[in-house]
Amino acid sequence: MCTMIVEKINVEGSGKGSGGWIKLDQANVSYDHPFNAPFEHALNIDFVNESLGPSARVAVELSEQAARELVRTILAVLDRAEAGGHLERISADSQVNCATQNE
Amino acid sequence: MYRTDMYEGILAETVTINGANGDMINAYMARPLGAGPFSAMVLVHHMPGWDEWYREATFKFANHGYVTLTPNLYFRAGHGTPEDVAAKVRGEGGIPDDQAVGDLAGAMIFLRGLPYGTGKVGIFGTCSGGRHAYLAACRVPGFDAIVDCWGGNVVMTPEQLDTKRPVSPLDYTKDLSCPILGLFGNEDKNPTPEQVDQHEAELKKHNKSYEFHRYEGAGHGFFYYQYPAYRQAQAMDGWQKVFAFLEKVLP
Repeated sequence: MCTMIVEKINVEGSGKGSGGWIKLDQANVSYDHPFNAPFEHALNIDFVNESLGPSARVAVELSEQAARELVRTILAVLDRAEAGGHLERISADSQVNCATQNE
Repeated sequence: MYRTDMYEGILAETVTINGANGDMINAYMARPLGAGPFSAMVLVHHMPGWDEWYREATFKFANHGYVTLTPNLYFRAGHGTPEDVAAKVRGEGGIPDDQAVGDLAGAMIFLRGLPYGTGKVGIFGTCSGGRHAYLAACRVPGFDAIVDCWGGNVVMTPEQLDTKRPVSPLDYTKDLSCPILGLFGNEDKNPTPEQVDQHEAELKKHNKSYEFHRYEGAGHGFFYYQYPAYRQAQAMDGWQKVFAFLEKVLP
């Protein structure tokens, strides 16, 4: 049964869906029923652009272990990029959005 | 029971109905051809949406002699593939209970207005649809039978309640006005066997007519042939129990 466990964040970036590349403005992260992955529940991330309708979606459905490993890997890669001085500055707009989400 | 020398015909199509707050929503309808009279069923789709399994289930119930209507509870989320629309709803944390109940009441009223009905309307749902079906059968007068297949979150703790789901469905049990058939897998995590026990105890406490069947070796969603959760033997037995129950209470 649906857990209804979901968190939304604003994001900046692009994703490639069935119709090609789309600008992303939101990621919905849930632990709930997947549509395709062979688990009763999965860590689902839907990268979306709300203004383009439900079909503007890039989806992944991961096992818990895969999701945790992904998080660790993303952070490790960002740490290396930061250590190497490669990180680009985050725009003021997205900083505001992130702050709003964290409140 | 179908015989090989019978004529059989079914009409299946998308229709529009009035849902909660008078909103127009779409619904998939299948009905046996002929003058009837036919009893009717409202099907309540699961979290994965108004999908192919539910269109097939609509046809299946019609094939068993019921005028069957499956409203698209995610109509207001916009349109796309059932998965994309359901993902949008999942991202929004589901739909409000009041809205679902209003849409299901609209479906029941639509069916009661058809000229070929017996005047009896049942409701069937799986997963979140089982929960929504239970809410509707408790809160809306006019349903004559309910089939709840592994509806989770029928038993909710106060911490689980929110603006979309402000009342635990279990608390409406005293208002249930029709017989209920419940099918559950003993390996399900929501509802757990203990939650099914609580549900059963509440039905018993209020002297409701109920029939619960619990399957070993099955978890959540064991009717869904498209998922690994499918359990052939338990699903076949479950379908038999669904139609035997309906034949008894929804002639």
